Amino acid sequence: MTTRLKSLTCVGLILVLWLLAACAPVPGAAPTTSESGEGAAVRELHVLNWQGYGSDEPWAIEQFEQAHNARVIHDYFNSEDELLTKLRTSPGKYDVVLPNIAYIPPAIQDGLLQPIDVSRLAVWSKLPERFQTLPEIVHEGEVYGVPWAWGATSLVYNTELYPEGFDSLNVLWDPAYAGQVGFEDNYEDAVIFAALALGLENPSQPEDLDAVRAKLEALMPNVRAFWQSEDEFNRLFSSGEISLGVYWSGSTSRAQTVFGLPIAFVIPQEGAIGWIDAWSIPADAPNPELAYAWIDFMSSPEFYVEWDRVAGAPVPANPESLAQMPEDSFTNTVFGDPSVVEKLAFITYTPPEVREQWIELWQEVKAGAK
Amino acid sequence: MRKAPSRWSLVALLGPAYLWLALFGFLPLLIMLYFSFLSDVPLGNRTVHLTLENYARFFSRGFYSRLTLDSLVMGAYTTLGCLLLGYPLAYALARYVQGRWQTALFLLIIVPFWSNSLIRLYSWIIVLGKGGIVSALLSRLGIPLEDGLLFTYPAIIIGLVHAYLPYMVLTIYVALDRIDTSLLEAAASLGARPWRTFLRVIWPLSLPGVLAGVILVFIPAIGSFVEPRLLGGPAGTMLGTIIEDQFVQVFNWPLGAALSFILLLIVILIMALSARLLGLATWDRGQEAGHG
Repeated sequence: MTTRLKSLTCVGLILVLWLLAACAPVPGAAPTTSESGEGAAVRELHVLNWQGYGSDEPWAIEQFEQAHNARVIHDYFNSEDELLTKLRTSPGKYDVVLPNIAYIPPAIQDGLLQPIDVSRLAVWSKLPERFQTLPEIVHEGEVYGVPWAWGATSLVYNTELYPEGFDSLNVLWDPAYAGQVGFEDNYEDAVIFAALALGLENPSQPEDLDAVRAKLEALMPNVRAFWQSEDEFNRLFSSGEISLGVYWSGSTSRAQTVFGLPIAFVIPQEGAIGWIDAWSIPADAPNPELAYAWIDFMSSPEFYVEWDRVAGAPVPANPESLAQMPEDSFTNTVFGDPSVVEKLAFITYTPPEVREQWIELWQEVKAGAK
Repeated sequence: MRKAPSRWSLVALLGPAYLWLALFGFLPLLIMLYFSFLSDVPLGNRTVHLTLENYARFFSRGFYSRLTLDSLVMGAYTTLGCLLLGYPLAYALARYVQGRWQTALFLLIIVPFWSNSLIRLYSWIIVLGKGGIVSALLSRLGIPLEDGLLFTYPAIIIGLVHAYLPYMVLTIYVALDRIDTSLLEAAASLGARPWRTFLRVIWPLSLPGVLAGVILVFIPAIGSFVEPRLLGGPAGTMLGTIIEDQFVQVFNWPLGAALSFILLLIVILIMALSARLLGLATWDRGQEAGHG
């Protein structure tokens, strides 16, 4: 090979490398599923949900597809903001979505959701009144979300390393556990956890953001890693990188039943974060009738109890499902005591200006963590 | 003498590439530039207006400029690491290894990069983590590092150096390979010892390759966010990860775009400045040579 040719080969290789690097996938980018229906009679139901959050259980999809001569197609999001983004950028694509109720008011405001005719839903009359009248889902007398599941984000720890367990959120700040904590990279939960640990009034909307900032800054030396998804937390926990932290209740249940991890979930004395997820129908859903059938199916004890048995599920909003869950299920052991609900700071609708402050506060804390 | 191509064949040669760049590179970039001056993302029923607030935010909050500095330092460490590892490698490949061995060694550098970058990063997570190979080796050597290197600043640099080393090796190799061996013979016959030959002949002649490598590594390394996020733990917050947050997590494209363009501007300034300094340096050498 002549020198010139060799040089050309090298330049070519560099270009190929650049292209490969440019084509590398971005973590956090959700995989999208799209298929075209086979028969003309088969209707399609486009579901937008978290991955691995019940609705994509294969046995359930099969059941629904056969009962309604339909094809269920999933798309996923990794954060509630991404859910809103997908609704805004793809109008007319999704038939049914599962937002956290705190994100329903901004979605209504942007005209992204349609009112739900609750008389067409079998499950609605079974829901407790406090779920039917949540201020986030009712707007000008119309209902925009059907509460489906609720749960908590709270303290978790490795039961093999700490058999005696913990009862205080402030254990995360204890210097004895420096470099052991896996914390959620989420501005909302970070702010509320700090407010809870400080014992602030109204922790879902804390007034004293300076105290929150200082508390989070004090947490950073104890943090080993941040996590954003269930996979990420489970990897950190099972490889021994972290031994305690905060985690979602449904995910903890799955970590126990599916992955057999030695993990315990507690609602500490300071309380924990509560959240409610509700099914909504996008404003321009192509197949709203199918969406109604889907919401009833997802809320039925037939689906929910089985989901909890095979995979582990959060607390069902439908009391009939709860009644059929075994005594020793994760849901009943953690949330069976009615006083637990009193200790939860439920995520509520936060106005954009306040969210901006929270986002910047959390980024500033993370930036200073070196 | 080479015949100049006709105007039409020139258009045919250059046209497709520049059309492609204009449509798929420049246009989206212009849209992002426009977004960076908006008060909100113009989707749904939102009303938006033009504003400088996104840029003002960068200067009103101290942590943005601190993060920018962190990102530049991270890029500098990465470039330095690539240079220190890459130059000797390229030198050996260009001067001492020939034929089949050269091809084999080149393949060893390139082949890992045919794999997905996430796969490479996850392998690093295993290697650097608690009880991984690195911490085991270090504790053998008497350096206690029970927690491993994972989720520390050095882990980010290790990941980035691994990601960008081939660019450095290949560009330096090209420059070294072009050096006429008779120049080295001339230096030797004039009594120059090997290190003097290196400093006065080889190093200056390889500088264009070094520079190309530095640019190819430094620019993408500053804006990187995957390696810091996955390997850095609490040390991994950089301007790149904050920009990613704005796009993926919190849906503030205007602020994310503004931060990106500020970073772009800083990179352009650094490049312009260093080009000027280098221009002066080569001019000096030219003067020196002229007088000598």
